[in-house]
Amino acid sequence: MTSWDDLTIGATVPDREYGPISRTDIVQYQGASGDFNPIHHDDEFAQSAGYPGAFSVGMLQAGILASYATDWLGPRNVRTFGVQFREQVWPGDRLVCSGTVVGRDELARTVDLELIAARVGGGAAIKGHATFAVE
Amino acid sequence: MVDKSAIGATDDPFTMVVECGKVREFARATMSGHPDYLESENPVIPPTFLTTVSFWSPPGQSVFSKVKMDLRRLLHGGQEYTFHGPPPVAGTKLTVQTRVADIYEKEGKRGGTMTFVITISEFRDESGVLVAEAKSTAIETGKPATTAAGA
Repeated sequence: MTSWDDLTIGATVPDREYGPISRTDIVQYQGASGDFNPIHHDDEFAQSAGYPGAFSVGMLQAGILASYATDWLGPRNVRTFGVQFREQVWPGDRLVCSGTVVGRDELARTVDLELIAARVGGGAAIKGHATFAVE
Repeated sequence: MVDKSAIGATDDPFTMVVECGKVREFARATMSGHPDYLESENPVIPPTFLTTVSFWSPPGQSVFSKVKMDLRRLLHGGQEYTFHGPPPVAGTKLTVQTRVADIYEKEGKRGGTMTFVITISEFRDESGVLVAEAKSTAIETGKPATTAAGA
């Protein structure tokens, strides 16, 4: 576990790569979440909506970014977690998650993080932020 | 067409129990290897787990039926979670109520008006204490979603 003294502003989390995101990963997330929108696993359906094919669930890559942060600072310590969806993620994409400490509250003993899940060879898929309590 | 009079509308609260198996399944699906999720007897929920609750609500209950968004032009813009302490653990009985907090319009970069719908879900434990909130931003684009970002 990273200590309070290590979590200075500008400190970074080691990058971590996830994927390639497979169709099975997408379906597994849909089963876990209960979101069975066919646009994420049925190519014909996605094409009828004007997309080249099925694409990942935004909340899957949001969840991966959350796991990246909680694996680092602890699942019990998260106090806020937010995401904005940017680029879509397609089957076969690899994601690189990165994070930086951008704020620190000495009294509350919390740190604020800026988080990004970027597509390898593409742009940011998810921009996120989080606050963690630090023991 | 989004119905702005839906601002302030709420759904009926409903109660659900956080299940250990669903927590582990969700943690695996979001590629976590942390023992607090996968091995603990009373695992905490992952940060984005509460979004799944919208799929557990009784049929026809969603506040979105009052907002009347065009599903072909619907994008998920963002999502935010706040925990007032450690996240709830498996076995907790949560009561959730969702309200339409705001609806507003913005001009899109690619032309066309985008309508933003903000909903907030409040989660209370058995003693009525507010333990978590989830804020969701849904966007109805001016054009079909094909070329827009988002998911």
